[in-house]
Amino acid sequence: MSTTKKLVLIGNGMAGVRAIEHLLKLSPDSYEITIFGAEPHPNYNRIMLSSVLAGGADMQEIVINDWNWYKENNITLHAGHKVTKIDTERKKVISHLGVEADYDAIIIATGSNPFMLPLPGADKEGVIAFRDIHDCEVMIDASKQYKKAVVIGGGLLGLEAARGLLHLGMEVNVVHIFNNLMERQLDEPAAKMLQRELEAQGMQFLLQKSTVSIKGKKRATGLVFADGTEVDGDLVVMAVGIKPNIELAKATGIEVNRGIVVDDFMQTSIPGIYAVGECAEHRGIAYGLVAPLYEQGAVLAKHLADVETEGYAGSVTSTKLKVSGVDVFSAGRFDEAPGTRSLKIQDDVAGTYKKIVIQDGKLVGAVLFGDTTDGSELFASIKKGESVAGREKEILLGISSDLLGQGGGSSRLESMADDEIICGCNGVSKGTIADAILNKGCNTVSAIKSCTKASGSCGGCKPQVEGLLHLYAGDAVGEVKEGICGCTTLGRDEIVAEIQRMRLMSTAEVMNVLDWKNPEGCSKCRPALNYYLGMLYPEEYVDENESRITNERFHANIQKDGTFSVVPRIYGGVTSPAELKKIVEVAEKFQVPLVKFTGGQRLDLLGVKKEDLPKMWEELDMPSGHAYGKTLRTVKTCVGNTFCRFGTQDSMSMGIRMEKAFERLNTPAKVKLAVSGCPRNCAEATIKDFGVVAIDGGWELHVAGNGGVKVRATDLLCIVKTEDEVMEWSSAFLQLYREQAQWNERTAQWVERVGLDHVKKALEKQEDRLALMERIQKTLSLTTDPWKQIVETDELRKNFEQLNGVQPVQI
Amino acid sequence: MTTKLLVANLSDITIKGSRRIKVNDLEIAVFRLSDDSVLAVENSCPHKGGTLAEGIVCGTAVHCPLHDWKIDLRTGRVQEPDEGCVTTFATEVDKASGSIYITI
Repeated sequence: MSTTKKLVLIGNGMAGVRAIEHLLKLSPDSYEITIFGAEPHPNYNRIMLSSVLAGGADMQEIVINDWNWYKENNITLHAGHKVTKIDTERKKVISHLGVEADYDAIIIATGSNPFMLPLPGADKEGVIAFRDIHDCEVMIDASKQYKKAVVIGGGLLGLEAARGLLHLGMEVNVVHIFNNLMERQLDEPAAKMLQRELEAQGMQFLLQKSTVSIKGKKRATGLVFADGTEVDGDLVVMAVGIKPNIELAKATGIEVNRGIVVDDFMQTSIPGIYAVGECAEHRGIAYGLVAPLYEQGAVLAKHLADVETEGYAGSVTSTKLKVSGVDVFSAGRFDEAPGTRSLKIQDDVAGTYKKIVIQDGKLVGAVLFGDTTDGSELFASIKKGESVAGREKEILLGISSDLLGQGGGSSRLESMADDEIICGCNGVSKGTIADAILNKGCNTVSAIKSCTKASGSCGGCKPQVEGLLHLYAGDAVGEVKEGICGCTTLGRDEIVAEIQRMRLMSTAEVMNVLDWKNPEGCSKCRPALNYYLGMLYPEEYVDENESRITNERFHANIQKDGTFSVVPRIYGGVTSPAELKKIVEVAEKFQVPLVKFTGGQRLDLLGVKKEDLPKMWEELDMPSGHAYGKTLRTVKTCVGNTFCRFGTQDSMSMGIRMEKAFERLNTPAKVKLAVSGCPRNCAEATIKDFGVVAIDGGWELHVAGNGGVKVRATDLLCIVKTEDEVMEWSSAFLQLYREQAQWNERTAQWVERVGLDHVKKALEKQEDRLALMERIQKTLSLTTDPWKQIVETDELRKNFEQLNGVQPVQI
Repeated sequence: MTTKLLVANLSDITIKGSRRIKVNDLEIAVFRLSDDSVLAVENSCPHKGGTLAEGIVCGTAVHCPLHDWKIDLRTGRVQEPDEGCVTTFATEVDKASGSIYITI
């Protein structure tokens, strides 16, 4: 290209910047680019705003291109500048702050504005839309001062806003003018199922209500409806729809309808001025979803770069609701219009619903609720417009051979067009991912993620990315051996075997001898190696404090504000007035901001400054509860036969005996125990790593339960008669776990991996159990209480203090 | 205007460890690496403000204790794919006395 042309993008949002990104790839030097954005932020992912509210992401995480990106690509960015005029005579764009930019071509990507109902009172404080970062901030602030929120609009946006507000701890009423939620995407059965599910999450609905005014003096206090009823709310969020932002185009004399009218090459009525995204109207449609905007951007970029393109032919769209715990999918025509036939399955037990709509032998629409795994498959079929005659039932039941195959329908992935979008959040097409795998050497999902951003936001497309990886990388995927971390390709068992073979005695030795990529390892392998070495050589190995995770180094749980929490040990959850008094006195003396009962039957003193930790431990004079480490946490007990009329055994003393035996034990991951005094199981022993349930005349021993991330009920290991046998079996089980599991692997994952039979077999013979028991006792005999040790050792204690005596020196 | 401060002695910090200093409102984490060199950065992770002084030190990097972001202590830069930067401060160690100086 001989001369550089000047391109001005008006609107720093997803659609416009996406087009620029494309253009830079196709033709990096042909344009000198200037971007005007009304918001004072770099380009961010607007569809992730609901995740920000729901707490899944923070503002920084949703930035797509940070300030550096503009610099690196020589783009002049005027953030916080609203363009007020396009001077087509002088070929200049002018911002409200008077900044001017010359242009040869303009892309208008001004997006859309929330549609604000012109209600009396809509100008009151506390009435907002849900559209940008500022709205999110207002909602977060409001949630700190007020309790009740009302969302007007039961569509996609309204429900996502409402879910976010629920998450922020507000009471939320959703007002909707229709009888069905998301009436533009869902039919009645799906809408009702959705409503039930959201009600179960705490959302309240006021359906078929038409708002006539917003009550309140200065600040809104609620809504008044046409039927005379009212609802209270200190925050009113209007989410009734959007309207394309066409003011600037209109003032410039560009042809507008609902949106800015464009042709198949995104060209407006004035040559050299283009429009993409929500502000544009193509063949009568202004889209508000991300995939079409990206498709438009791609066409425009090609057109501007003089690359041949067939032009944009419109999009068939699909919708997914981004609300946790609710899976909804809708695509194409879902209503039962004349000429269409539909097939439905509704399962109120499993809470699933599926409907497909057929016209002239082709799939034209689908609605899914509860299970949306078929969504992308159905959507692809709708877009293709292929004949499904004779296969309707198969599609409805989802039993085609593709679906039964591995990897989520690999033949469908194969037949998918290259420009089809896989990652909706970041607009990454199949072709881009395939290119990353085939030409850029990506052979893991994480490599694809850092190269293309696919699966980097909500992660919903990860199975498809994995599928593509297997499709294109084939055997290369199998060859990629994942080590315990990025520093090595060796797995846990290989490392442990090498340590034993060469009798390696420090993490540095291990990393050196086994050719670690990073000489000092990382935050994943160093704590793991420290654990393996300590497990293998309890007597000889010198524990490396600097290789322990933060919580274990400071013997307290670090909180998000950098303070710590203190949990003293209360054996079996059984305490005394004197012990409680002591805890209270310490909490008062150190002005502990929050005192809370933990789930493990003890007390948590939260918000403690690091420098206060040793002083508090000293005054408490109680053992550490180890509430922070990969170690035995608690032994939860119920009252048992000491008081309870149903109790069959003394669960409290059994639990205390176990807690005293196993406290301070280093384990691959945290370990939680419980003892229940009868099969009513009030101590919830069947979701613990090792759970004991008393029966008349004996004890049931349960293993590998988990009540956390993934709930797993225990497996029954065996039934024994005496307390001594309980100790023998629990010791043997825990030691086996210590010796065989990967670092950071809970008993539940470990048993699922190796199988219960393996564990049963290893513990079958009493001689094996006794040998394991001897080893665990050896290890336990070498432990000391860490709090006491720190209190008594100045060298350790100093690490809790800030360095004082900082003094300036003369230069 | 830069100021040079005497902040600590090498023996005050354990190897692969860190101590905090406060200069007016600024909190600085001072790290002693395995080769006895000393690096100093602002004690706040660019992600969510985690206190870097409590993180695991690996080579010339520290892993934030809150969400495991990895920060290069020499440049202050966050390792990709995360993004961000913390302020670094020039350090000097007097080999003979072990005195640690920081310029802010």
